[in-house]
Amino acid sequence: MMNLSRVSKKFLNGTVALEDITTTIGGGEFVALLGPSGCGKSTLLRLMAGLEAPSSGEIAWADGPPKPGEIGFVFQDATLMPWASAEKNVLLPLKLRGYTGAAAKAQVAAALLQVGLQDFAGAKPSALSGGMRMRVSIARALVSEPKLLLMDEPFAALDEFTRHKLQEDLRALQLRDGKTVVFVTHSIYEAAFLASRILVMSPRPGRIAANIASTVADGPDRRTAPDYTALVKEITGVLRAAMAA
Amino acid sequence: MNKTVERIAPFLFGVLALGLWQGAVWGLQVPNYVLPGPVAIVQAYAGDYAVLNSALVSTLTVTLAALAASAALGVLLALAMAASTLVRAAIQPWAVILQVTPVVAIAPLIIIWVNQPFMALVVCATVVAFFPVLSNTAAGLAATPADLLDLFRLNGATRLQTLFLLRLPAALPYFLAGLRISGTLALVGAVVAEFVAGSGGFASGLAFRILEAGYRLEIPRMFAALMLLAFAGVAIYTALGLLSHLMLRRRDN
Repeated sequence: MMNLSRVSKKFLNGTVALEDITTTIGGGEFVALLGPSGCGKSTLLRLMAGLEAPSSGEIAWADGPPKPGEIGFVFQDATLMPWASAEKNVLLPLKLRGYTGAAAKAQVAAALLQVGLQDFAGAKPSALSGGMRMRVSIARALVSEPKLLLMDEPFAALDEFTRHKLQEDLRALQLRDGKTVVFVTHSIYEAAFLASRILVMSPRPGRIAANIASTVADGPDRRTAPDYTALVKEITGVLRAAMAA
Repeated sequence: MNKTVERIAPFLFGVLALGLWQGAVWGLQVPNYVLPGPVAIVQAYAGDYAVLNSALVSTLTVTLAALAASAALGVLLALAMAASTLVRAAIQPWAVILQVTPVVAIAPLIIIWVNQPFMALVVCATVVAFFPVLSNTAAGLAATPADLLDLFRLNGATRLQTLFLLRLPAALPYFLAGLRISGTLALVGAVVAEFVAGSGGFASGLAFRILEAGYRLEIPRMFAALMLLAFAGVAIYTALGLLSHLMLRRRDN
């Protein structure tokens, strides 16, 4: 789907955020970008979204650069418009491209149903819990049926129970629809649970320290499976080595 | 219980202060032309309420016209400044200069330049009042959440869509807070302009009545006019606060 070759990003103040990132994101993959704060993983996500341009290197798309609405982006905060209902927040990506008719309304209803908020369409963000707001944010990213879903530590601010539930729902959604997802996180457990492939990044400048494919089987025991524990152990080792280097 | 006491505390304090005031005026036999007591002030108002009320209406008309002009001017300038850094750089220092120049000093000029007395007063009051709307709206437009701006970009939003669907609604609370400050400033500006314009002003506002009563040593009447001004100020401040509260609660809940 997307090819990054020798991508670097240097900021105006001279900080090198990313250096020599080369990887391929395949269709249907769930890739976790894992690393400590300041390793440039959010910057890498913004480059993938086209919100910023690389200083050098190239990002190539298999079927041409994405058109508006073809990339869904979920931020660390829900970033909803507080004056608009859940429904209107989710409609936004369609509305911006001129779709507000019955078909768009049906798409919004379907997106809200996907995240389990079909009964809260008319609720304003102030009436929703943190977890529900994040679900609205995910529905907004899904409503335009993007070919790539980019998520920047979306569950970091949620409590453990809500986080687990949302992780499980996201994993199920991705398995069902085969959506391509790139997910930034600083949690080893989150990366191991969610991803089919984990890119471990090292800081200053941000580089890819390891590329680990997950073999953990899906199922209700995913969080306690021996494969999962082994994967967490492997990632921890790689991350420790990357930090020491 | 505590809440109720807190709520009526200002009124109790007011009654207490008025009582002490009246008591001191009676006890020390202060003449009316030095310091009238509350009773004399109320009597003066009762004896002349038609004139004083029409003066209040006149001053309020100028104030509200200036507030409307301030809102329009402040928002337009804030939009221009948000649209272009060049415009911002060009306008900002002049807006600050206009804001820090005492209106008393420029009011005589405005009254000479603007022939129509009502318009002259409105222009003076607007000069005093527009700045909080401008600076607050500009701050609100600049404080649009960066993530939402990114989201609009990713979905190919046009500048107009970003303005009407995101920037303006995001700036509304800031605008309303600015409007509340501008409301009381507009009253201050209207009164200052009336003072400067004197009898040459539009109809005869409260400031003119205060001057007139002062010249005639009708001090209780002067205080009655002053009392109306204070009430008008409180009413404007409270009404704009209520408007802001209701609008935002309706919108965000």
